[in-house]
Amino acid sequence: MKITTPLLILLHFSLFAGAKTIHVGDTYPVRRIQAAIRQAAAGDTVVVHGGIYREGNLVIDKSLVLLGMNHPVLDGQKKFEVVSIKADHVVFDGFTVQHSGYATLSDPCAIRVHHGNGITISNNILEDNFFGISIQFSKNCLIKNNRIRAYGTLEQEIGNGIHCWKSDSLQIIANNISGHRDGIYFEFVSHSVIWRNVASDNIRYGLHFMFSNDDAYMVNIFSRNGAGVAVMFSKGVKMFSNVFEENWGDSVYGLLLKEINDSYIQGNRFINNTSGIYMDGTNRITVEKNIFGGNGWGMKIQANCTDNTVTHNNFLGNTFDISTNGTLVLNTFNENYWDKYEGYDLDKNNIGDVPFHPLSIFSVIVESYPPAMLLFRSFMVTLLDKSEKIMPTLTPDNFVDNMPLMRAIDL
Amino acid sequence: MNRIIKFVILDILKNRIVLIYTLILAVLSWSIFSLEDNSTKGLLTLLNVILLIVPLVSVIFATIYQYNSAEFIELLLSQPIRRKKIWSGLFVGMTTSMILAFIIGAGIPLLIYAPAGIGLMMLGTGCLVSAIFIAIAFLSAVLTRDKAKGIGISIMLWLFFALLYDGLILFLMFQFSDYPIEKAMVGISALNPLSLARILILLRLDVSAMMGYTGAIFKDFFGTTTGLLISFSLLILWTILPYYFSLLRFKRMDL
Repeated sequence: MKITTPLLILLHFSLFAGAKTIHVGDTYPVRRIQAAIRQAAAGDTVVVHGGIYREGNLVIDKSLVLLGMNHPVLDGQKKFEVVSIKADHVVFDGFTVQHSGYATLSDPCAIRVHHGNGITISNNILEDNFFGISIQFSKNCLIKNNRIRAYGTLEQEIGNGIHCWKSDSLQIIANNISGHRDGIYFEFVSHSVIWRNVASDNIRYGLHFMFSNDDAYMVNIFSRNGAGVAVMFSKGVKMFSNVFEENWGDSVYGLLLKEINDSYIQGNRFINNTSGIYMDGTNRITVEKNIFGGNGWGMKIQANCTDNTVTHNNFLGNTFDISTNGTLVLNTFNENYWDKYEGYDLDKNNIGDVPFHPLSIFSVIVESYPPAMLLFRSFMVTLLDKSEKIMPTLTPDNFVDNMPLMRAIDL
Repeated sequence: MNRIIKFVILDILKNRIVLIYTLILAVLSWSIFSLEDNSTKGLLTLLNVILLIVPLVSVIFATIYQYNSAEFIELLLSQPIRRKKIWSGLFVGMTTSMILAFIIGAGIPLLIYAPAGIGLMMLGTGCLVSAIFIAIAFLSAVLTRDKAKGIGISIMLWLFFALLYDGLILFLMFQFSDYPIEKAMVGISALNPLSLARILILLRLDVSAMMGYTGAIFKDFFGTTTGLLISFSLLILWTILPYYFSLLRFKRMDL
């Protein structure tokens, strides 16, 4: 009874509202989706059955529910923007959208939402489009469970997977994006959440974040993207439990933070990146309980960062744990586990009795003379490093973890 | 020639120093791999073994062995055997036994504990480094008849290649940092067998960091198959050249 009651109520509502269902398909009277939309009134459901639909630009200008059965294919024939949603409260679910046009001025998308409120785009497969899903000037939209794939090779010839601009309260959940320019792109988007997405093998960034305040992204996987993940010019960004892995190359960062303030980075894994985190001009950020493993550089913290706290992280098997480009240190690094720490713990409180200087002289040298990397692990360099560790002369001596942990934290 | 090789191998394998060398390598590699839970640290220790201890032991042992077997060589020379055969027999015999010692001592734990790519690379470079420093020892042994001087030359050469050379490059790098010296540095590093061996292992060991800046230069040279072939050919050349010069001198030497 408990289950059926709401259903009955819903049924009643729909009966009273007079909402109807229109079927579209080869075996039904209505064969074109656009025709069905023209017939429908707000609140109706359009069920589209399997097949290939080449209807140019499909405009949804009423509050409809569009359901695809067996993933009907909407083909843009490389000429059109495939689906344009221009009404509120539209549900677009279960389609395959492919071959959108390519134009650098109008940026045709597979699915575009313009000035929409309460739009749901879910369970779609997007193949080989210029832009995937684009949300502009919209609110309360849910983008869920879409598989978005493109085959771009050049940054300027392919658009973003999920492109959000000047929007608010979006939910981007469980999408899988690859082969686009940026997997997910946020600009002027606030109060939104990006949760459980996988963005891999995109040409530029897995996630690109600009001027977007008070957003959270959690439990996403960003791997093998051309330039990793970039979060820029934003404040109040929360990053929880994401995985950043195998982002390789020069100026490629697991997570690039530029001009970020008052944000929180917790429980993430930075595995096998050239640089785990790169911080430039960031203030008042807390980086805690993350794992940095097998990176070339665990963290690169530029000297213009202030009041950041790096605590309770595990640094495991990185070539360099930390590097910086200056002598000014205005950040604190306490109670981290560094696998390079060689001190002792006489009082057995799990905190090393000797402070640890995570900055190796050679990482500073490499910062200014990159070719020096060729000499890494040679006897001379090891000697230099060891002597610097004992008596810091060239590296800032306040770049120090005063309470290094003896054992890795269980994360 | 085969009989000379066989004799030399058996003679060296019975040698207490080589047995101890094998044992030390074995104890060292087994213990670092089983003590450290993180295999990177073990690999780093082994890298230092390959870059410092293996060449040192090879060069000194081979030099001393050369001088000590002077009488044996004279005896062989009184027989109707060509000098080239005697010299190559000695070289092959000694190299085989030292490489065998290295493989037994360090190779087995490497293959068991290290990831395959790094393990094989370290094994390969370790064997080649042994051969190269035996060739260098042969050269320094024929340069002078004075045993002390010969060992001195060997140690100096080891010191130069293992320690000083990289310092020299570092110095040059600081001096010429305003110029595009990347390619020149690759070239200069390739001239030292130990630098070359180190870089080859580094590309496997610190792959994340090496992918960074180096994308364009190092990876293009050392990381590709051709680069790998070139590097290994250079290492083999480093074995052949000193050996060849020592052979030339040995052929004309008045014993």
